Amino acid sequence: MTETERAVVVGIDLGTTNSLVAYMEGDRPVVIPGVDGSNLVPSVVALDPVALDPMSAAGGRPTVTVGNSARKALIETPERVIYSVKRLMGRDLEEVRTELKFFPFRLAADIEAGEVPRIQLGELRFTPPEISAYVLRQLKRNAERFFGAPVKQAVITVPAYFNDAQRQATKDAGRMAGLDVLRLVNEPTAAALAYGLDRAKAGTIAVYDFGGGTFDISILKLCDGIFEVQSTNGDTHLGGDDIDNLLLAIALDEIHAEHGVDLRAHPGAVQALRKAAIDAKIKLSTEQAAQFDIELPNGDRYQREIPRADFELLIEPVLARTAAPCKQAMADASITPEQIDEVVLVGGSTRIPAVRALVGDLFRLRARGKKPHNELNPDEVVALGAAVQAGILAGASKTTDDMLLLDVTPLSLGIEALGGTVARIIQRNSTIPASATEHFTTGVDGQTNVAIHVLQGERELAADCRSLARFDLKGIPPMAAGLPRIEVRFLIDADGILQVSAREQRSGKASQIEVKPTYGLTDEQVENMILDSFDHAEEDFLKRLLIEARNEADTILAAVGRAPQNPAWNELSAEEQAAIAVARDRLILVKEGSDLNAISQAMVALDKATRHFAELMMDAAVSSAIRGKTMNEAGKEVDEAVTAPHAMAPAEFK
Amino acid sequence: MLKVLDSAVPVACWACSVAHNESTLFCPDCSKIQPPSSGDYFSVFGLAPRLNIDLSALEQEFHRLSRRLHPDRFARASENEKEWSLADTALLNDAYRTLKDPLRRTEYLLKLEGATTTLLQSQEKIRNQEKIQNQEKSSRAPTDLLEEVFDLNMQLEEMRRSKELGQEDPELKESLQQSKGKLQGLVEAVDLDLRAQWAIWDAGDAAARRPALHAMVALLDRRRYLSNLVRDVTEILGD
Repeated sequence: MTETERAVVVGIDLGTTNSLVAYMEGDRPVVIPGVDGSNLVPSVVALDPVALDPMSAAGGRPTVTVGNSARKALIETPERVIYSVKRLMGRDLEEVRTELKFFPFRLAADIEAGEVPRIQLGELRFTPPEISAYVLRQLKRNAERFFGAPVKQAVITVPAYFNDAQRQATKDAGRMAGLDVLRLVNEPTAAALAYGLDRAKAGTIAVYDFGGGTFDISILKLCDGIFEVQSTNGDTHLGGDDIDNLLLAIALDEIHAEHGVDLRAHPGAVQALRKAAIDAKIKLSTEQAAQFDIELPNGDRYQREIPRADFELLIEPVLARTAAPCKQAMADASITPEQIDEVVLVGGSTRIPAVRALVGDLFRLRARGKKPHNELNPDEVVALGAAVQAGILAGASKTTDDMLLLDVTPLSLGIEALGGTVARIIQRNSTIPASATEHFTTGVDGQTNVAIHVLQGERELAADCRSLARFDLKGIPPMAAGLPRIEVRFLIDADGILQVSAREQRSGKASQIEVKPTYGLTDEQVENMILDSFDHAEEDFLKRLLIEARNEADTILAAVGRAPQNPAWNELSAEEQAAIAVARDRLILVKEGSDLNAISQAMVALDKATRHFAELMMDAAVSSAIRGKTMNEAGKEVDEAVTAPHAMAPAEFK
Repeated sequence: MLKVLDSAVPVACWACSVAHNESTLFCPDCSKIQPPSSGDYFSVFGLAPRLNIDLSALEQEFHRLSRRLHPDRFARASENEKEWSLADTALLNDAYRTLKDPLRRTEYLLKLEGATTTLLQSQEKIRNQEKIQNQEKSSRAPTDLLEEVFDLNMQLEEMRRSKELGQEDPELKESLQQSKGKLQGLVEAVDLDLRAQWAIWDAGDAAARRPALHAMVALLDRRRYLSNLVRDVTEILGD
């Protein structure tokens, strides 16, 4: 193993629906495919049927599958599968409760206020960062298999509008996965880096990032390789999901009105109908019309054509909600639409022609004879940008040597003042790292601690902002009230994470003031959640890859073994069944050997052979769910206003 | 509170031990990054405390220093150097943000000189845990505008009421538009006056500087008051 191989830093897009890992191959970023040959790893984690095998290589750790195979488990063992966990990252108990109304997952029963919430999965419980860590570990393994060498350092992207707690949770997840997270990069900025590689040297660009669950807009100034973010804005609850919900609501209403069937009472059917809505939405980006054709429980068929014009009218209010953040971002950067030279489109929702038209209007592109940029695959561009930033940090490439990203904090930082008002100490859109110094004193004689309430947000009242943390300044030397002079320094680092330090100036006891944040996981907790302790044993690296490959092979073989019991099996042709048997036997044979490549290839082959079967199984589950045989018990808590994304959203688009 | 650096105190470089007299973010001898100096924002850019600044030169210098100081450049450095890079870059960013904006720059200079505007006074007030002072808004109207402000506030109130009822009086709207235009004109006048005082300050005559400081304090207060009014009117007019 050479020094350069060891120095590889990967870039990771840890997405709500899909995740990707990429790296710099010479002077261009490249996505690293998984064992199934796909660039996208669905952000889905499934607990294996026998989760705690003390004899397993994981050494008492639960065994899980991640990605496409976990999506298949969604049908077999839905109560052991979790997806879209990004929505729960860094959220407190109350927020998670609200969010979970839209998911079929349950909170663990015995959580106390102030604790990081845990999700019940089968017989085990996981914090959101732990779930994300499993996704990250899978990406790390994909990269290690690709390089044939350990990967220990990464850049991970987050939505620009993520707050401090959400960023910290993402960093914790990286550590649990055995990754040293060198930097968190904002997703739209990462996209700009990917585009900026071969673009003109100077100019102003806007990145319009409309994904599955979030919307971000960033305005950057490019100058000789310096990417200086001028402003950023967004909406963390605005995305393609909202469009799916509209289509879903219409279908549910029409089915109720025309066929007298209220599918809302059947959560499984709602989820299945959602899949049909997503398919229709995707089709409408390329076709002039899409169709619903669904068999209902009473034997009727719900058939409906959706012309694109109707669709566009329907989604107009959702798209319009992206306009205000764009205008605010331009106002904050003190520029007019005409001053924006280029607009870059990121996120799956920007495939919708009406979105492109709106962007054209917002930035007056059409009037200026310009078109928004979409040359790079909107699903991959963020990961590619993360790889560019990884290259900058590694200092390994000529191309990235001159590049430097100067990002901003998306939200103002404030502290609660008398009367519940907020005293703003760092304004939004300040270039990070940024700092502010404030002075505090005591109100009672002999008082030895002071509490500071730190908030993030733009509103005047503390109650309307996101409470970040209550910091306790402890160990203040006892003095008369008002005499201590405690200097508190707030610093937002290059990851957008707040650091607080304090010193008492009157007595000079600088280091005695202890600053204790009151949220998130403690260092010790994170330490205990680290997934593979043997990740650190480098000498065993190839052995480890082999063990992991065998474990993965066992998981796939177990699933294939159960296949003939599934009704969908009978729909396969004899040739297909035979091909699966051949691929299965091949994998059984090679997994006993120690040829890593042969095992990987056999897994890819088996995956390909079973692909049609997996599709049939999905379709069968969907139609049986609509016919009223609910797909799973876990879906029962889904309420009427389902807004969560669906794990069955296609992983790849054409 | 930021202290003006006493540049007579020599500091030894942690890496090469050569002592240097200036506040610097890099050792002049071995080019290694240094812990943040206690220098003011102007000294970060090697500038004397002046109000007329060449903004494009400032930006160029900001980019040049960013390339050398940013934490991205120290991802593989020692823990100490990482920490200093973070602190130095925060200082550089804070300095650039303050100096590139004419009002923040003026306010900062006034603060360095010990002169404070109403806003600064309230910011500087030590926050008492029991009785934290609500940030004072400079709510006193400039005396020459008292009558106009009184009328304007009446109109704003009337507009608010009619908006609640879902009606809009075009005449009232027109009148508010006019007021807005007039207020913006007044803001521009303040900016011109400020620039005149900048020139006096920058000329460096000690006797002239004192009154210039006082004039700037008053102008900033007046400007803040006017801007708040413009904001209120813009808000009620909508876009």
